[in-house]
Amino acid sequence: MAYKRQIDRLPIPPKDAKVHNVTCHYCIVGCGYKAYTWPRNKQGTLKENAFGVDLSQQQGAEGTWVAPSMYNIVKQNGEDVHLVVVPDKDCVVNSGLASVRGARMAENRPSEVTGTQQQRLTDPLVWRYGTWQPTSWDDALDLVARVTARVITEGSEDDLVVSMFDHGGSAGGYENTWGTGKLYFGSMKVKNCRIHNRPAYNSEVHSSRDMGVGELNYAYEDYHITDTIVMWGTNPVECQTNLYFNHIRKGLENGARMVVVDPRRSLTVHTSEEIAGKDNVLHLAINEGTDLALANAIFTYIADKGWVDKDFIEKSTFRNGVAQEENEKFPAPLGSFEMALEKCRISVDEAAKICGVPAADIVKAAEWMAKPHDDGSRRKCVIGYEKGVIWGNDNYRTVGAIVNISLATGNIGRPGGGCCRMGGHQEGYYRPSDAHVGRPPTYVDHLLINGGGKVHHVWACDHYKTTLNITEFKRVYKKRADMVKDAIDAAAGKSREELVNAIVDAVNKGGLFIVDVDIIHSQIGQNAHVILPAAESNEMNLTSMNGERRLRLSEKYMDPPGQAKPDCLIAAGIAQHMERVLREMGHDKYADKFKGYDWKTEEDAFMDGYHQGNPEVTYDRLRAMGNNGVQEPVVGYKDGKLIGTKRLYSDGKFTRHGRKDGKALFCGGAWRGWQAPGKAEEQKSYKFWVNNGRANIFWQNWFLDQENDFVMDRYPYPFVEMNPADMAELSLKAGDLVELYNENGATQAMAYPTPTAKRGQVFMVFASPRGAQGNIVNPGVNELVLPDYKHCWANIRKLSDAPRDAQGISFKSKEYSA
Amino acid sequence: MRCKKLVDVGRRQFLRGGALGVAGAAAATVLPAPAAKAAPAPAQVEYPSNRLANIADLKVNEPMDIEYPDADSPGVLIKLGTPVEGGVGPDGDIVAYSVLCPHMGYVMSYNGEDKTLNCPGHFSRFDAEAGGQEIWGHATQSVPQFILRVDEKGDIYAEGCTDLIYGRPSNVLS
Ligand code: SF4
Ligand code: FES
Repeated sequence: MAYKRQIDRLPIPPKDAKVHNVTCHYCIVGCGYKAYTWPRNKQGTLKENAFGVDLSQQQGAEGTWVAPSMYNIVKQNGEDVHLVVVPDKDCVVNSGLASVRGARMAENRPSEVTGTQQQRLTDPLVWRYGTWQPTSWDDALDLVARVTARVITEGSEDDLVVSMFDHGGSAGGYENTWGTGKLYFGSMKVKNCRIHNRPAYNSEVHSSRDMGVGELNYAYEDYHITDTIVMWGTNPVECQTNLYFNHIRKGLENGARMVVVDPRRSLTVHTSEEIAGKDNVLHLAINEGTDLALANAIFTYIADKGWVDKDFIEKSTFRNGVAQEENEKFPAPLGSFEMALEKCRISVDEAAKICGVPAADIVKAAEWMAKPHDDGSRRKCVIGYEKGVIWGNDNYRTVGAIVNISLATGNIGRPGGGCCRMGGHQEGYYRPSDAHVGRPPTYVDHLLINGGGKVHHVWACDHYKTTLNITEFKRVYKKRADMVKDAIDAAAGKSREELVNAIVDAVNKGGLFIVDVDIIHSQIGQNAHVILPAAESNEMNLTSMNGERRLRLSEKYMDPPGQAKPDCLIAAGIAQHMERVLREMGHDKYADKFKGYDWKTEEDAFMDGYHQGNPEVTYDRLRAMGNNGVQEPVVGYKDGKLIGTKRLYSDGKFTRHGRKDGKALFCGGAWRGWQAPGKAEEQKSYKFWVNNGRANIFWQNWFLDQENDFVMDRYPYPFVEMNPADMAELSLKAGDLVELYNENGATQAMAYPTPTAKRGQVFMVFASPRGAQGNIVNPGVNELVLPDYKHCWANIRKLSDAPRDAQGISFKSKEYSA
Repeated sequence: MRCKKLVDVGRRQFLRGGALGVAGAAAATVLPAPAAKAAPAPAQVEYPSNRLANIADLKVNEPMDIEYPDADSPGVLIKLGTPVEGGVGPDGDIVAYSVLCPHMGYVMSYNGEDKTLNCPGHFSRFDAEAGGQEIWGHATQSVPQFILRVDEKGDIYAEGCTDLIYGRPSNVLS
């Protein structure tokens, strides 16, 4: 039976409630919200309230309404205050739309009064007496600094392994990436590091950048005015929800056609059919991993038909053969249009065989994307791509092949064009150079599995849910962590010096000393020896940019829980303790490198980092720009306003690769079957392709959702969508718990009958705390250590009848039907 | 069957706002509120007890449009045909829900084929057989379910609501 909130009225924000600008800290879209706060003992009335609306009247559709999930009671400067967070009608990103994620921002705040999110970490924890004990910052950071300093001075900085987020929103943003970046890439030169969602420190879109094309080059309004929208390996209805409903929808309503490339009939296909009509939606349900063959065939067909922008190619792209040879750093040659065409050439018929879709549909896609209008004018086309490609087969060549199509048709830097990734989190990256990391970078998970590294600093990454080959990773990681826990336990009652000696001794014998910085006690955090509590967006001021590079300041409206702090200030604390300890150890010169962290607030970190590179941008100026902010790059400041850039490359000069000539490069990457090791064999060995990805209701690895009753009532277990005939063969009923297993490991999910699922193909929601899909993904990565999470095959068996909490929930189709 | 027509009636009534008469068979009889007592404010708002229909008026899977707790809050009363948790009546299969989508208040229609409420606004859908649980969508709650009682004559009364109804800060506005 469905979760009932049993709430039938809410406090009303009074006229004089404080109003704060909020950018939703969940997905890349970065919708604008307004947060209202006011004292606990006050409230507005039906007629007199902060909204200026007569609330005694039933509101019509799209009216002003506070859903119970938009309400909470939080601490502000030590006082309990009411909090309401509602979508902002004046924000051009979402025009007042809230999604099922963003509309829960308020109830996902920690509250001592309403009891929400009591899982949040409030104090530094140190492993002592066989468990974690709360302590002070100084005590915890002293231990971190002493062990880290010993290890990197006795060995080298290569013994320090760092997993650190690189995103905006959430607890990321320019402040926090700068804090961690300055510590690990400025004061130190740590090369054994990785990012939150992949096992190395690398770009998800190397080829686009190498071709000169930054991956977020359009404005969302380009969707309104385009002729054709191509959604390639992306499901924006669920993953960039209000981008779809506020922008892509407008395009479809204005007559744009939609091409969706996805092996699965996603809700983006269904919803677009509802809006635009079936005739205007083309779903290319290709065989898994064959995107490159499809893209190259479309590119070839368009070129052969002459539907290319010759003038653009002449003026804006490299014209002289190969500009960059293929080698171990560049998995495909880059250069002229002709070079790329020669390398990529593949016929529509051949691609149809590989991709398992009719040749006529490939032709139709090419026509929709590039065939000039009857009056001879160019067809405008936006291509968006995301994890289906990024976490797919042959990342480098596939992304490059998609960008080829947009370049050839002159669809980058022009109104109604764009070739962009759709994004996960917002962006918010500002760090010293990462050049020392190298290319290809270290495969960090491999390094750890093979006994490499002695100290591991983890910043809001949970390798127990969001990496590949997790089963093996967990097995080794736990063993190495336990060696240090045992050493600490054996040193009970000894002095700090003896404790540090014991830990260093253990890591020299193969143990791993783990420091976990996070907002909750995560699964990987179960292995940590020191746990440091971080603050999130709105518990601190935080700046990020969204999928059209829109930069906003999301304002602090509440205190972080307990002693929790912004990551940038935690990084500063580690640096200060490192300086002190290194000096004590007699390493004065080294200690000097850890100077320059005397930040009192996150704004100090912003000014020290982002502002240095973008001197026009300050907190005050951003605050004045409100929820509409400014699109990066910021190019000036005039009449009290920051001046931004609507879309990149509108001058036809491409610069992301750093070439002085400003010419874009084409990618000459031919189709070559499965690129990553082990994929072809696995495909042959198991019955089901386990497709995987995000779903509307969850935010990423469920770190807050796992304590959200509304979400956990709907999906107490991760779902796996299966064709009913496949379920019948395995004697499965809706809601039964199944195990998915292969030689990489095993995981579990709840069977969700889905008639539109192809036989032998299942779709599992990823990164659940109750069944991580990464448990069964093989260790295969591409040349630049990008994982191929999407390609995983397994067998399925029943574990249990629907457990109690999965009984009575709905297993009906997610497709709207009226 | 689908009840586009009934829901269309609901939509028109809804758009007409407050000045709304009693509509046909689904007449909502607003009983006088209980006399105010000098007692602490109740934890939940005081709901009217409104007669929605008699069991004899209901046909299996044919939704009837209703209004509760007042005429500005359209809903549906459905005899599902199979017993469900929270269902009332001799067959345990009668339920009632708000039809204002708890995302942004578009009026939903009932799809009798799979017994769901579907929102034309942004395509959310809710399961009438699972307590109004959101199957997929943008709302952050189940669709509000009206609490029903059936008396010995077979009259069905609504007497409460499980969740906040879209578009109001309190389920009972007056
Ligand atoms: S679409 Fe994304 S940014 Fe917008 S409210 Fe939802 S989660 Fe937040
Ligand atoms: S109003 Fe129902 S889905 Fe948005």
